[in-house]
Amino acid sequence: MRAIRVFLRSFNEAFKSVFRNFSLSIASVTCTTITLILVSIAILFSYNVNNVTKKLENELTIIVYLEKDASKEQTEALEGRILNIKNVEEVKFKSKDEWKFEMQNYSTTLNTTLSYLEENPLLDSYIVKVKNVRDLRKTSEKIQKEEIVRTAEYGEGMVEQIISIFDIVEKVTVVIVIALVLVTAFLINNTIKLTIFSRRSEIEIMRLVGTSNYAIKLPFIFEGLFLGIIGSIIPIIVTIYGYIIAYTRLDGHLFSNMLSLVKPFSFVLYVSLILVIIGSVVGIFGSYKAVRKYLKV
Amino acid sequence: MKLIELKNIYKTYPNGVTALADVNLEIAKGEFVFIIGPTGCGKSTLMKLLYREEKPTKGNVLVGGIKVERLRNRKVYKLRKKIGVIFQNYRLLPKKTVYENVAFPLSSNGIKDSEIRPKVLKALDRVGLKEKIKSFPDELSGGEQQRVCIARAIVNEPKLLLCDEPTGNLDPKVSKEIMDLIESINKKLGTTIIMVTHDAQIVNRMKKRVISIDNGVITKDILKGKYKENESN
Repeated sequence: MRAIRVFLRSFNEAFKSVFRNFSLSIASVTCTTITLILVSIAILFSYNVNNVTKKLENELTIIVYLEKDASKEQTEALEGRILNIKNVEEVKFKSKDEWKFEMQNYSTTLNTTLSYLEENPLLDSYIVKVKNVRDLRKTSEKIQKEEIVRTAEYGEGMVEQIISIFDIVEKVTVVIVIALVLVTAFLINNTIKLTIFSRRSEIEIMRLVGTSNYAIKLPFIFEGLFLGIIGSIIPIIVTIYGYIIAYTRLDGHLFSNMLSLVKPFSFVLYVSLILVIIGSVVGIFGSYKAVRKYLKV
Repeated sequence: MKLIELKNIYKTYPNGVTALADVNLEIAKGEFVFIIGPTGCGKSTLMKLLYREEKPTKGNVLVGGIKVERLRNRKVYKLRKKIGVIFQNYRLLPKKTVYENVAFPLSSNGIKDSEIRPKVLKALDRVGLKEKIKSFPDELSGGEQQRVCIARAIVNEPKLLLCDEPTGNLDPKVSKEIMDLIESINKKLGTTIIMVTHDAQIVNRMKKRVISIDNGVITKDILKGKYKENESN
């Protein structure tokens, strides 16, 4: 019962303390707000970049053209063997008639040319989707070795370049986000430390009148939590409204349809949650560490 | 019955200063003792040993049956709950009201509100500040702040009240009021009082046991009422 009362009272105390130490609270909250906005921007940016790269990766396929004289059994057996390759996710048959139809729709010149020919000169094919695009070359080489396969193409050269660019972009954004989170942690931590430093006489007095370390620490920890949460309010509003406005203004994509943005819901809520968590964890941790210093534990 | 016992106490600070050397002292329950001596003689260190702000380098400190020098840092609060301490510079929590300040030793230890309220009001009544419960410390005069401190120190009804120059910042008239208050606590509640002071006038007037310390050594231990005849500071 006693411990619960101490707990509840600490909660209450911390709440009052945020307002009674108004100027110090403002300092902590401002610092948290500014850094969390930066973190938010970094998260929004990196997540979108990753989203685009994932989408593009998904478009990368191997097109397997079959020999003209391949029998139906041979074709089906080949499909089974391709499916058995570890990296293969999906195999779709695309007949020469489908290719022809697609080409005819694509341009009128092709249309007239193809309609002159009595026989369809195109080849039946498989479109192979892979799980990991980094192994695209190996997989295509494996398929190439099959008997009735004429060619297995995946856009050599170009694809490797794209993939390496994606890799770099991904790594850079992850590093930026981590660096920003660390900077945030450091800044908030320092501000809270200063806040508590200015109140170390308070801690001394608490010790003097026989308050247990637990009961001294708790209100400060709650205060850190409150400051962290309050500090994340503005960043969350900025994230939600800013992203929704940007998304509608840009019509859901950057420059071209290829670079589509992540839909605002529930993405922004997810980012907001991350912001609250960063704010409160850093707040709690900062005040805990600072109080400990003055407790002579 | 003795409440405090100091045996062969030595205290040397890390910077090499020896504050106390071979101090032996016994104080009985209900006694009122003055500790006097020049600045830096070790009297504040002696007080700090009693409420375990400092540990002796050598020797034993016994307060109300607790072996103080063996107490771990995180257990210190158990000792302090039983001791009231008053200082020259008051040390009130500036962001808390008078009521909250006095209630703090109780509320921070999880005592029920229904038990806290009568105790706080009683303590504030005793020091004559019942009307100021909603004020903040900086709205009070020095004498009033010291009264709040006394109320906070006695709200737990401790057996021991340590006073480190409680009248150092107050004018003679207010000092006398505070001293009268502390004496009444000693008489009515039977609280043992140990007071460090520079004020010879007070010591002369009160006629209590006086321990004088010089250079970390007890030079005189004069029993109740004998001080004035021996010397004036």
